[in-house]
Amino acid sequence: MVPKDQTIERRTMAVLVDNEPGVLARVIGLFSGRGYNIESLTVSEVDPDRRLSRITVITSGTPQIIEQIKAQLERLVPVHRVSDLTREGPSVERELVLVKVNGRGNKRVESLRIADIFRARVVDSSHQHFVFEMTGSSEKLDVFIDMMRPLGLVDVSRTGVVAIARGPKGL
Amino acid sequence: MASPQMTGSEIVLKALCDQGVDVIFGYPGGAVLPIYDALHEQNALRHILVRHEQAAVHAAEGYARSTGKVGVVLVTSGPGATNAVTGLTDALMDSVPVVCLTGQVPTHLIGNDAFQEADTTGITRPCTKHNYLVKSADGLARVIHEAFYVARSGRPGPVVVDLPKDVLQAKSDSYVGPEDIKHQSYRPQVKADSHAIAAAVQMIAKAKRPLIYSGGGVINSGDKASVLLSRFARALGVPVTSTLMGLGAMPASDPLFLGMLGMHGTYEANLAMYNCDVMINVGARFDDRVTGRLDEFSPRSQKIHIDIDPSSINKNVVVDLPIIGDVTSVLDDLVKAWKRSGAKLNQKALKAWWAEIEEWRGRDCLKFANSKSIIKPQYAIQRLYELTKDRDAYITTEVGQHQMWAAQFYKFEKPRHWMTSGGLGTMGYGLPAAAGVQVAHPEALVIDIAGEASILMNIQELSTVAQYGLPVKVFIINNQWMGMVRQWQELLHGGRYSQSYTASLPDFVKLADAFGALGLRASKPGELDDKIMEMIESPRAVVFDCVVDQTENCFPMIPSGAAHYEMLLGPEDKAAKPVSEEGMVLV
Ligand SMILES: Cc1cc2nc3c(=O)[nH]c(=O)nc-3n(C[C@H](O)[C@H](O)[C@H](O)COP(=O)(O)OP(=O)(O)OC[C@H]3O[C@@H](n4cnc5c(N)ncnc54)[C@H](O)[C@@H]3O)c2cc1C
Ligand SMILES: Cc1ncc(C[n+]2csc(CCOP(=O)(O)OP(=O)(O)O)c2C)c(N)n1
Ligand SMILES: [Mg+2]
Repeated sequence: MVPKDQTIERRTMAVLVDNEPGVLARVIGLFSGRGYNIESLTVSEVDPDRRLSRITVITSGTPQIIEQIKAQLERLVPVHRVSDLTREGPSVERELVLVKVNGRGNKRVESLRIADIFRARVVDSSHQHFVFEMTGSSEKLDVFIDMMRPLGLVDVSRTGVVAIARGPKGL
Repeated sequence: MASPQMTGSEIVLKALCDQGVDVIFGYPGGAVLPIYDALHEQNALRHILVRHEQAAVHAAEGYARSTGKVGVVLVTSGPGATNAVTGLTDALMDSVPVVCLTGQVPTHLIGNDAFQEADTTGITRPCTKHNYLVKSADGLARVIHEAFYVARSGRPGPVVVDLPKDVLQAKSDSYVGPEDIKHQSYRPQVKADSHAIAAAVQMIAKAKRPLIYSGGGVINSGDKASVLLSRFARALGVPVTSTLMGLGAMPASDPLFLGMLGMHGTYEANLAMYNCDVMINVGARFDDRVTGRLDEFSPRSQKIHIDIDPSSINKNVVVDLPIIGDVTSVLDDLVKAWKRSGAKLNQKALKAWWAEIEEWRGRDCLKFANSKSIIKPQYAIQRLYELTKDRDAYITTEVGQHQMWAAQFYKFEKPRHWMTSGGLGTMGYGLPAAAGVQVAHPEALVIDIAGEASILMNIQELSTVAQYGLPVKVFIINNQWMGMVRQWQELLHGGRYSQSYTASLPDFVKLADAFGALGLRASKPGELDDKIMEMIESPRAVVFDCVVDQTENCFPMIPSGAAHYEMLLGPEDKAAKPVSEEGMVLV
């Protein structure tokens, strides 16, 4: 028997689906029902004319599990295509975060300075707070959030990762 | 051009007719009254009124599996739909094409906890291949046609169409026929990649100990697949074993056939599986009941896996050569490619392989100690087989020891004559499934080989059988125990028989009488043949209470978590080692 590879890999997959009621529940139900991991999942309509939505999901598992996840996704009736972006070549992954920081005095100045370094934008503010918006890789977002923590961080909202293959070819 | 105005209900019925449906298994209720009203006005569709919605689905499964057509179910909202869930799950696990129409509360009440409201699409999402909630009569015809397409294409399965009552009553001029429907995205691969076929020919040509492991996919693929399977096996002289779901694809009488493999499979089939060097899996899914302990499953073979569902590939067992496609198409290509290549198996090696297999066969693993005073269950099924084999007999089963004995002792020569709940193992499947088979084949001899515990799970269907004059035969292997449970308790739980004995069983002969069926009982081996003949020759439905040895166990058996070579062949055979902790947690 071919030995099983037990290393756990992390994969970003793009899933093109019909934008119909219940389609997200189908995808999520598949992951929970079969015990697969979801680290991040985003979804939005991308082609209103053909009523197609694109789901970006980050998952992890052994190579055998990853292959299963792909096959199980492709088997859902409203799924058009599944692309394993991690595997199929270089891709760009981005995430957006909104971070609310309350603070006065030095801490407030410090939060602005750090936001500047990270190229975050202020999208709302008062004398007491800022809301920063930042996009980047998830790791960069993690660092930014960590640095804001001691400066009065009160709220974080992240979109989860969206991803697209590099190069001229589409999904 | 717009079609004439029709109500949603009329659209549903017209779509069914255009799909070639001739019979619906159903049960009415408030939410589907408009459909029942429309049914009342027409003669093209026959409606079989069951006595429980679970039975409607099993009947549709029996109908579907014995004909190759899609089975159709109609139930009401809420409890009608939830009662159907077991049947739907059963059809999903065994890849049976079923379209189940469920009533729903009107669209404006959905989400309000209205009377008999259930989130049917939510509940059935994980137990269907696909499901739909129809929001307007305009898209209705398209959805019904799509549902049939999805149910029967690729790996078949159940599809639910949830129909709010207002949609059934609304009018629309949007009817479209099946020919106008093309699904946006769902297109299973039927034809295999030619490189894979070529690679398979090469792999098989080098085999010294080849084995074909065939499964339910051969049955699903249609009768031609079975013809091709035996043709291929005979052309090469290769042994064939089959899963529970694949029985009948390869004629049991063919010398190449080694019987069923797996937990209760034959010694020769399991040892051939363990020792083969090239395995050709044709439409089987490496179920845990077949593989036993995975790290000892056929450890030295190269594996070819033919399957229409890519998710079956490498799910449980990693294979060397996947071939995605429909069995008929793939075997057709494979047979041709084999001929073209001029390849020949190493005859000397093949002969040695067969010599080994014959030695295993010589163990006669299905032998049992017969008795003159008490009916052995195996003997009962042997006699049933001998006395019915020359007729067009269809066999269904319930779940338990009797099911396994039926698989071992009833020899199937043709596909589609064996209906059993394999994947879900649903007690209560057999009688409604038999009713469905009988509806499809009114002249045939249809027998449900049952256990006394299982039969009570859908016994109410005797009333359906009576209403339509279906001459179904229920052959109860009555051991007073949930025998399969008792066997596991004996072998794995120190003989502590917790709740596996049924006290206060009904008198099945009187029960038959109450339902208008003929009741027969046999308790002695000597009376068995005559009583079986009486059953066969009766034009009525029959409940046959076959009183058998209560202590008999089903062998061979591979204890859970054990390997194929660790098979127990009989009661005197003790397991080589106690069942491991890993094995104990397995079902
Ligand atoms: C009490 C009990 C004991 C059991 N013991 C055993 C046992 O000892 N041995 C045994 O074998 N089973 C046993 N079973 C049954 C077992 O649980 C499984 O149901 C069975 O083994 C599965 O059979 P299969 O692999 O043929 O797959 P199926 O469930 O029939 O699946 C068919 C496979 O073929 C594919 N397929 C479908 N259509 C096509 C097509 N047109 N072309 C190509 N591929 C297709 C599908 O994708 C799927 O992978 C037992 C069940 C019960 C209840
Ligand atoms: C609906 C359902 N509940 C429970 C089980 C577990 N189970 C499997 S076999 C069995 C006993 C069946 O007894 P019987 O019908 O008398 O058959 P026997 O094994 O005695 O032949 C039980 C309870 C099941 N398969 N299905
Ligand atoms: Mg019993």
